[in-house]
Amino acid sequence: MAHTDHTTHLHDDHAHHGPEKGIMRWIKTTNHKDLGTLYLVFAFTMFFIGGLMSLVIRAELFHPGLQFVHPEFFNSMTTLHALVMIFGGVMPAFTGLANWMVPMQIGCSDLALPRINNWGFWILPFAFALLLSTLFMPSGGPAGGWTMYPPLVLQMGEGFPFLIFAVHLMGISSITGAINVAVTILNMRAPGMTLLKMPLFCWTWLITAYLLIATMPVLAGAVTMLLTDRYFGTSFFTASGGGDPVLFQHVFWFFGHPEVYILILPAFGVVSTIIPTFARKTLFGYDSMVYATASIAFLSFIVWAHHMFTVGMPLAGELFFMFSTMLIAVPTGVKVFNWVATMWRGSMTFETPMLFAVAFVFLFTIGGFSGLMLAMAPVDFQYHDTYFVVAHFHYVLVPGAVFSILAGVYYWIPKWTGRMYSEFWGKTHFWLSAVFINITFFPQHFLGLAGMQRRVPDYAVQFTDFNEISTIGAFGFFVSQFIFIFNMLRCMSKSGVPATDRVWEGAHGLEWTVPSPAPYHTFEVPPYVGDDETSNLHDTAKAH
Amino acid sequence: MATPAAVHTDHAHAPAGGKYFVPEPSAWPFVLTFALVICIIAGWGYLEEHSLGPVPAYGGAALAIYIIFRWVRGVCLESEGGLYNTQVGMTYRMGMAWFIFSEVMFFAAFFGALWYAREMSIPWLSGEGAKLSTHTNLWPGFENTWPTNGPAQLGGKFETVGAWGLPFINTVLLLTSGFTLEAAHHALKENHRKVCIAWMWVTVALGCLFLYFQVTEYVHAFHELNLTMHSGVYGSTFFMLTGFHGFHVTLGTLMLAIIAVRLMLGHFKPDSHFGFEGVAWYWHFVDVVWIGLFIFVYVA
Repeated sequence: MAHTDHTTHLHDDHAHHGPEKGIMRWIKTTNHKDLGTLYLVFAFTMFFIGGLMSLVIRAELFHPGLQFVHPEFFNSMTTLHALVMIFGGVMPAFTGLANWMVPMQIGCSDLALPRINNWGFWILPFAFALLLSTLFMPSGGPAGGWTMYPPLVLQMGEGFPFLIFAVHLMGISSITGAINVAVTILNMRAPGMTLLKMPLFCWTWLITAYLLIATMPVLAGAVTMLLTDRYFGTSFFTASGGGDPVLFQHVFWFFGHPEVYILILPAFGVVSTIIPTFARKTLFGYDSMVYATASIAFLSFIVWAHHMFTVGMPLAGELFFMFSTMLIAVPTGVKVFNWVATMWRGSMTFETPMLFAVAFVFLFTIGGFSGLMLAMAPVDFQYHDTYFVVAHFHYVLVPGAVFSILAGVYYWIPKWTGRMYSEFWGKTHFWLSAVFINITFFPQHFLGLAGMQRRVPDYAVQFTDFNEISTIGAFGFFVSQFIFIFNMLRCMSKSGVPATDRVWEGAHGLEWTVPSPAPYHTFEVPPYVGDDETSNLHDTAKAH
Repeated sequence: MATPAAVHTDHAHAPAGGKYFVPEPSAWPFVLTFALVICIIAGWGYLEEHSLGPVPAYGGAALAIYIIFRWVRGVCLESEGGLYNTQVGMTYRMGMAWFIFSEVMFFAAFFGALWYAREMSIPWLSGEGAKLSTHTNLWPGFENTWPTNGPAQLGGKFETVGAWGLPFINTVLLLTSGFTLEAAHHALKENHRKVCIAWMWVTVALGCLFLYFQVTEYVHAFHELNLTMHSGVYGSTFFMLTGFHGFHVTLGTLMLAIIAVRLMLGHFKPDSHFGFEGVAWYWHFVDVVWIGLFIFVYVA
């Protein structure tokens, strides 16, 4: 374990590039660690705001009939909850993890385009200020669903341009962030860090970046057509002018389906990094993991219309999109198999990151299976727009994407802050989250199968029991997250146990060769990539 | 799209001199975002007919342009000051290539809309396929023709711009500008700076001429052909595609002019001129989009 002898080139006392003082440090920073922190703080702030919106939804649905909010406001809550959680929570959280970890994992000083990185971050608070300000306008916020289908979305009040321009700004932010990560990975790797020695988190992010650059402009095009349809008399989505509202759905989901892999591929990368560490084994099937990720990305471009089975597509379309969707189960199955095979006969320990990672494998797979059910076009005619769909995508997004973000933060925060979090409170946080998330979303499968509609503030009385259970789970999950926040603040305020450089016994990779906390610019000259640091990815490295 | 010089640039992972280039902290990105949001609020006032006065629109735009100028100027000075190594050059080339890919996908959304209108929505509205009842109940007389402003004939009768008049001249102009730009590039690589500058201004002039004809065509379409954005799905796709293309030509012409001025100031070396190459790639991209437009919007 020769992992301390090539860290001598590190200097964290480099005054020339040291951080500025006060608020200007954060406004002007071009440092990947500062921006990673900003991204993560922003993401968790948005998780909090989006979480409050979900509590409004769950409180309203605790009983049938209308109790707390006006139906229009309820619709705004479902719409904004989705936009805030997807574009404000999960995507910036993964960009934050990429900011912190990609330069440390491939061995370079910073992301390739640091000023663009700053721009990509600072767009986000402005974009969400514009979006959320619509709630305070007399005509209210967007209420037509986050998918912004015309003609309904065109009926939004005077805040409509803010919705469209906020989506444009989020697109610019995502594209700049993605270009940055892609160029960093392709151009800044340390000598010896070949593509197939790269940690899987970098691989999944490289492919995610490709998906972002390919699809965010398509979303920009779609919402631009909405804007011109409303204000400049075009008729892209108006049948009387020769257009078609369904055209919007096709363009939107051409973005929207790759988007769901944008939300989950980095999660695959995090989990593929954590499981080998705590199983103390080489990752099973590294190459197949890379190829499976690439296959998923390719397939994600040819499945989009499975979101539109009930819209009235030609039969050939229904069949094509049904079978192409089912194909995705193959590479995803490869991944789940590899994670389980990595744990098989490992010397497993269950620290908090591992608990979240194992729960990810288990609960994400449940979401995957319900996705397969939804992929069957004839069956989807029953499931479409019911709570079954809500249960499905929350299983892949919350115990999927969000659990992996939590796992990643627990796993790497000792490296970021130099302090260990409290393992007791970490495990408490995990068990409360895992229990409450199932209480929240498992009953929604039954509600959906029985025919309860999504995006409606009222429901038939026979659905009351399961809705009450679901609401209790949602409040419990929300409250449990404060344990996490305080646990992390404890590390950030330097009051935990000091962390070692390696932090975890089974951890391998360049990020563990530098001190904890990592210096402001991690590698000012390219580091040496020892075989030991790739040994949790490749068995063969040990043989050298 | 890529010029040979860029492709053959040394793909060195290790930074020259053993040190990475890391820029100083900068407030420009934050201020640029602030300026863009001011522009957005001004745009909101325009669209929703709330009078905000001229200050937000002009102020925001002026601030954004000033920041972009200062930011780009800073990068040029860093480059001319010799701060960049081959790795930074590769970073900028890759970044530009990915950016152009994102632009391709932006146009793909509108080309996709055009294809969908012609191959899906218009045939269905005229009774083909499974959508017969829409046709018979709502618009029984509607036939599958192109160009069309839809079954309700939105915007009234209109005529289209013929492909072989101004659009063909514009095609020739833009294709020629691609060659003159490459002539400038070759002159730069052989260190014939004066020849290079001359070809650059010829390219800028061709771009301006293209834009002049495009504006002439729009005026003609509005006033004599009754072809506007209100002319159903034909007018929508026509103006969206040619409009965004024209906007990109405008940006490209401005950038070419800036490169020409930088050449006159003595910037760039025969073997190191990313700024030139990036703008050249962008110009060729705009060229290729026009070929697609000429074929699918004007000819077919």
